[in-house]
Amino acid sequence: MAVVFDKTEGLTDKQFHYCPGCTHGIIHRLVGEVLVELGVLGKTIGVAPVGCSVLAYDYFNCDMHEAAHGRAPAVATGIKRVLPDNVVFTYQGDGDLASIGTAEIIHAAHRGEKITTIFVNNAIYGMTGGQMAPTTLIGQKATTAPLGRQVATTGMPLKMSEMLATIDGAVFVERCTVHNVAGIRKTKKAIKKAFEVQLEGKGFGIVEVLSTCPTNWGITPVESLKWLEENMIPYYPLGNFRTPEEGK
Amino acid sequence: MAKRRGIVKFTENRCKGCELCTTVCPVNIVKMNKCKINVKGYHPATVDEMEKCIACTNCATICPDAVIVVETIDEEK
Repeated sequence: MAVVFDKTEGLTDKQFHYCPGCTHGIIHRLVGEVLVELGVLGKTIGVAPVGCSVLAYDYFNCDMHEAAHGRAPAVATGIKRVLPDNVVFTYQGDGDLASIGTAEIIHAAHRGEKITTIFVNNAIYGMTGGQMAPTTLIGQKATTAPLGRQVATTGMPLKMSEMLATIDGAVFVERCTVHNVAGIRKTKKAIKKAFEVQLEGKGFGIVEVLSTCPTNWGITPVESLKWLEENMIPYYPLGNFRTPEEGK
Repeated sequence: MAKRRGIVKFTENRCKGCELCTTVCPVNIVKMNKCKINVKGYHPATVDEMEKCIACTNCATICPDAVIVVETIDEEK
């Protein structure tokens, strides 16, 4: 008898506070698994955001730091520069990274900071109760867009990965999904690669993970996975936008 | 060739009843236990026909709450 799947050492035993079916839990686990597989859990420092994952410091089994809203890349920059031999990552949602923290993430990438960012995009503000985010899709309803997002007044949803891929300092940029098992396995590979880029000292790496928010989307967890596949993936195409080889 | 067989173990009190695990099982054996309510107040996921399990780990991979442990068992000769 052999255990082929067990909860990773990279996570604490604390139970997630996330809503039923929220894919944050999957993404947390993938990060934990990657840190264990790379053997760097003991020298990793994570930076938690503001948003649903604000309590991420309770869940990752490594040193964690909390940052002000959107400022995780700035805090991570400081930590990495003081402790260059440690592995530093930020874990941010779309309200944190794509809205209030856009300046921080762009300039962290621009400076080529040797940190890794996990960007969870669920197209809505989760923690505050389902307001429209910069990443909310056209026509998607939110509490601040009761008729659905309108292009005329709020523009098109922001594509962070494409934007960051234009910056030379961002050497690894990939968008993944966790709506099915194959997507989850690909996401894990991308997260691993992003951490490897940091370990090799090549520069800034970011993995955007398309995620669900069943509570604020107002549908069941199972329907949410389908909604993600049918609505988010056509607008946010999956794939790698930059790898270190290309940046040479 | 012996078929790979597995055992799925659920930490029932971590389960939030989201049902994601029931959608990815290739042999369709993961169900919600409607006869039971866990400490969180949800019907936890369970498997009745464990002998059909092929230890693919799909359910554990998609579980957002680290509820599931998968083990393989040696086929009896």
